[in-house]
Amino acid sequence: MSEIEYKVPVMADMAAQGQSPEVLFWVGCAGSFDERYKQVTRAFVKILNKVGVSFAVLGPEESCTGDPARRAGNEFLFQMQAMSNIQLMNAYEIKKIVTACPHCFNTLKNEYPELGGNYEVIHHSTYLQQLINEGKVKLQGGGEFKGKKITYHDSCYLGRANKVYEAPREVLQALDAELVEMKRCKTKGLCCGAGGAQMFKEPEKGKKDINIERTEEALETGAKIIAAACPFCLTMMADGVKNKEKEAEVAVMDIAELIAKAEGL
Amino acid sequence: MAYLSQIAFIAVLGVAIYFLYKRISRIKKNIQLGKALDRSGNTSERMKTMLLVAFGQQKMFKRIIPAILHLFIYVGFLIINLEVLEFVIDGLFGTHRFFAPYLGSFYGVLMNGFEVLVALVLFSCVAFLVRRNVLKVPRFQSAEMTSWPRLDANLILVIEIVLMFAILTMNATDQILQGRDAGYYATGSIFFSALFIPLFEGLSTGTLIFIERFAWWFHIVGILAFAVYVTYSKHLHIFLAFPNTYFSNLNAKGQMQNMPEVTKEVKMMLNLPVENADAPAEIGRFGAKDVNDLSWKNLMDAYSCTECGRCTAECPANLTGKKLSPRKIMMDTRDRLEEVGKSLEAGGPGLEDGKSLIDDYITREELLACTSCNACVEACPVTIDPLSIILQMRRYAVMEESNAPASWNSMFSNMETSFSPWKFAPSDRFNWANDINKKQS
Ligand code: SF4
Ligand code: SF4
Repeated sequence: MSEIEYKVPVMADMAAQGQSPEVLFWVGCAGSFDERYKQVTRAFVKILNKVGVSFAVLGPEESCTGDPARRAGNEFLFQMQAMSNIQLMNAYEIKKIVTACPHCFNTLKNEYPELGGNYEVIHHSTYLQQLINEGKVKLQGGGEFKGKKITYHDSCYLGRANKVYEAPREVLQALDAELVEMKRCKTKGLCCGAGGAQMFKEPEKGKKDINIERTEEALETGAKIIAAACPFCLTMMADGVKNKEKEAEVAVMDIAELIAKAEGL
Repeated sequence: MAYLSQIAFIAVLGVAIYFLYKRISRIKKNIQLGKALDRSGNTSERMKTMLLVAFGQQKMFKRIIPAILHLFIYVGFLIINLEVLEFVIDGLFGTHRFFAPYLGSFYGVLMNGFEVLVALVLFSCVAFLVRRNVLKVPRFQSAEMTSWPRLDANLILVIEIVLMFAILTMNATDQILQGRDAGYYATGSIFFSALFIPLFEGLSTGTLIFIERFAWWFHIVGILAFAVYVTYSKHLHIFLAFPNTYFSNLNAKGQMQNMPEVTKEVKMMLNLPVENADAPAEIGRFGAKDVNDLSWKNLMDAYSCTECGRCTAECPANLTGKKLSPRKIMMDTRDRLEEVGKSLEAGGPGLEDGKSLIDDYITREELLACTSCNACVEACPVTIDPLSIILQMRRYAVMEESNAPASWNSMFSNMETSFSPWKFAPSDRFNWANDINKKQS
């Protein structure tokens, strides 16, 4: 395998050289700070490098889209965040954004236009699906996941919120894996429990935590890999698997990681 | 004598229309207590949604057994109401089976068709009663299904059963009378009611005429009374499902409604140009404390809710034992709105009665348990959006009362100071790229 030197171009540098990337990779807060999710960010960047996409990140200039503040009820804070992000991206004349976080995706795509931010926004699952369809990502015989049982956990903000159900599944199919569905999937998919700013507080009193309920359902499928396409889902499902003491047998992975791994990146 | 019954009929019809009119104007006024919201335009897509979801029952078919049972009642309701048209004409003009002479033998065919529907409606109503009271389908047993909602649901089914039996009794006695040359128009045999003929055959012509007339009156008065009752019941969805789906949200479900009044202030704080900056700021509350802070569509949603619990059955919070139930959110909104409306009608304080939707009806605990997953919105057969109400009430709690859990407050301050919901230095944001060329485990 030839060693690739991975590059992560930063928007400010590009702009200084008068260049503009084809697509901006919006990393998101989890992608930037969460130890586990940083691996997903790197995996996705490696794929972008391998394919030779002209991309850039905002780097230190990026800041939270404001999604959790908005869902918690703090509209001021949300709009402050949104406005400054929009000012920044409009200054860079950003046209197209790809992000691995469904919450960022939803906010950038659906909520920024009303505040003056109009971009073509696309989730990394759709982006990966396009790369695969265009033959830019070629998985020879599916790599190490061939024939393995994988189940896909729908993210609410990708699925019901934006009707993206098939793209992540098609990406998994490209791995030549055996895709098994949970009892509740697609439009009926059960939330991981983290949305609506729940990620940032303890759950309310109840019989059970939502991620445990969902993890049980995922484990029932007998899949050895639980695929996710959202940083919050990834955390919640990984916690659930740990709670069930199954982390040695069952891996929780993002679809970008699976592709990167299958490609040997 | 004949005039007497016509006068009685006109009186009954008049009373029913009066009560319906009064009640409908009240509901309309109540819905108009809501804030403005633009749901105009996109006529063709709106029509399509209404035809598919309300008329075509599209979303019902996610659960096939109740969908089919419900379809029987729904089609029965639509078509049997054609027969009510004949009832009204007969009542007003003192005729009997007005359409029969015009339609000839086809009338008999029609009657047979109606009776098939009558039988299907009967079957479905009984099946629904069994599901609710014997099989105890879980979604009809949750906490918010207190005695009134349960009674309401059962009453509707029982009334429908009784009304169907009235039709069958009327048709059965009518068929006997046709044979006795009592001046009854020959409809030919009507299959289902003919099964009841043996019950009545031994009775005298006079008694039969009395029973036939009684059943006729019972049915039409029953239907009119039912129409009035419906406006006080969850059964209002039989009318409101249509406008409610027509005006449903056509945007992506994930998109939260913007608050333009906030945009204006934020722009001024950031020294950005603001359109019509001198226009007086809209005075009002941030978020929703009471029903008048919600939009008219939220309020129409509340009146359209059938209390079927499909939302709650999919709600992750409810499924794991949290207090939140999206159905309860809708029921509470409607109960509070009814309370306010009643008070206004009686010249009372209305919204100023010292109560509010938040706290007196919906607790903070419920609001905080929502994951904004949209499962409830997706599940609702009449495109009701409980999430929109929840999120507006969260806005009230946070923006008007600064009432948020401590961990949310830290999340807010992290975002204000370091532009991330977690406490990390903004300068570290790009550190993930440092070791990208290192071999990963
Ligand atoms: S959006 Fe909220 S209320 Fe609706 S199903 Fe999800 S958690 Fe329950
Ligand atoms: S909101 Fe919709 S799904 Fe929920 S109980 Fe009412 S009608 Fe049924």
